[in-house]
Amino acid sequence: MSKIHVSTTVNGDPVEFLADPRESLLDCLRNHLDLTGTKEGCGTGDCGACSVTLDGTLVCSCLVLGVEADGKSVGTIEGMATGAELHPLQRKFIEHAALQCGFCTPGILVAAKALLEQNDNPSESEIRYWLAGNLCRCTGYDKIVRAVMDAAAEIRGAA
Amino acid sequence: MKPFDYERAVSSNAAARAALASGAHFIAGGTNLLDLMKLEVLRPDKLIDISRLPLRQVERTGDGGLRIGAMVTNSDLAADPRVRRHYPVLSRALLAGASGQLRNKATTAGNLLQRTRCPYFQDTAMPCNKREPGSGCHALDGFNRNHAILGTSESCIATHPSDMAVAMMALDASVEIQSAAGKTRTVALDEFYALPGDTPHVETTLDSGDLVTAVLLPPPLAARQVYRKVRDRASYAFALVSVAAVISMNEGVLDHVAVSFGGLAPKPWRDRKVEALLSGKPPSGALFQEAADRLLAEARGYGGNDFKIALAHRTLRAVLRQATGLTQ
Repeated sequence: MSKIHVSTTVNGDPVEFLADPRESLLDCLRNHLDLTGTKEGCGTGDCGACSVTLDGTLVCSCLVLGVEADGKSVGTIEGMATGAELHPLQRKFIEHAALQCGFCTPGILVAAKALLEQNDNPSESEIRYWLAGNLCRCTGYDKIVRAVMDAAAEIRGAA
Repeated sequence: MKPFDYERAVSSNAAARAALASGAHFIAGGTNLLDLMKLEVLRPDKLIDISRLPLRQVERTGDGGLRIGAMVTNSDLAADPRVRRHYPVLSRALLAGASGQLRNKATTAGNLLQRTRCPYFQDTAMPCNKREPGSGCHALDGFNRNHAILGTSESCIATHPSDMAVAMMALDASVEIQSAAGKTRTVALDEFYALPGDTPHVETTLDSGDLVTAVLLPPPLAARQVYRKVRDRASYAFALVSVAAVISMNEGVLDHVAVSFGGLAPKPWRDRKVEALLSGKPPSGALFQEAADRLLAEARGYGGNDFKIALAHRTLRAVLRQATGLTQ
């Protein structure tokens, strides 16, 4: 049960850490790398609060072992803004007040960014189905969906 | 979670041999396994990570069918242009399951081998014949709204939760398996799963050290394909009842008929007598009524899931009308 050396890339930066095989990628991000933007909600893959990208693919980091990330590339909420400049999704979430307690917000932003990277003009229904794996108990989702649509429009306009 | 060792498999052969060790368990996508390990329903001593084995291809077979590598993710399989075009029932079933995050990680073999979501199986404080053989089953007279009405036993009434496997069953899929001795064999999906009987902990015909390497689909048929999933909300829920149908018509009568069911049984369910009853006859409300009666003739409710008998009856008839174009 010895610890395993993991060498990975997080938000473009090479990082290394020692992981107990039992630790999830979420545990490793938060406890070894001090990247606490990714949240643990359910720990069972149901709520999506821990959403990150692994080699560009959206996953729940609570259902990935830290040791599985070896040699892969991880993207988290901390990599979303460029310096002090917020990503359009982050700005639109603020403008639309698309968050209340904010606990689900990092996961939803990471998930929405993954959507817009493959479809910059999603319909409301496509957004709702895409975000089906991200639960929010405060907003009722409407403001989130509107913020994503508005951010998509801005990104299309800027392109 | 109980401590365990972790090893990354370098080849299918090495993985199958490593799995012979007592307490060894494969991990692929991990979306079901890690949940069960957190609950200590499963307590492996060693995980053999097979997710990086070169089993991620979807390839045409010599006979015009498809060979789906065991590690192809549910998202990649649903999006594969050949699957969308020739096996749309499979693509729709995959997209009806779980969430994007889970489909991105879950694999083809892992989906086949996922465990039941019976709450008694998942709660180590409760008896469960599947988890601890001989300990009893509290679902029989407990909370059983999601449980099976066909193929059950007095030991277990848990359902198999997969959507993907239901579609594959209607497509006459088979499973390619490599043994620890390095031999490859192919088993029809219908024969891959075991019914609970008095050994509900035995869910498949796999032996120790067997590794699922692929799922094979026969050449596509010119047939209507329908997947209908009835559940408590519009997405991200397991099926109460699901029906996959692959049906062709010839000169006004049903010709090829393959219909399979999820949410009803301990395995993806298929009833050849129902298909034989339908084949060769013109579509009609009366015929579909007879087929649904036949499907459910031996169905048994356990209180909370009694509604599934009527729901399955209606859902099958609706799917048959849709697949045959019967309008009344």
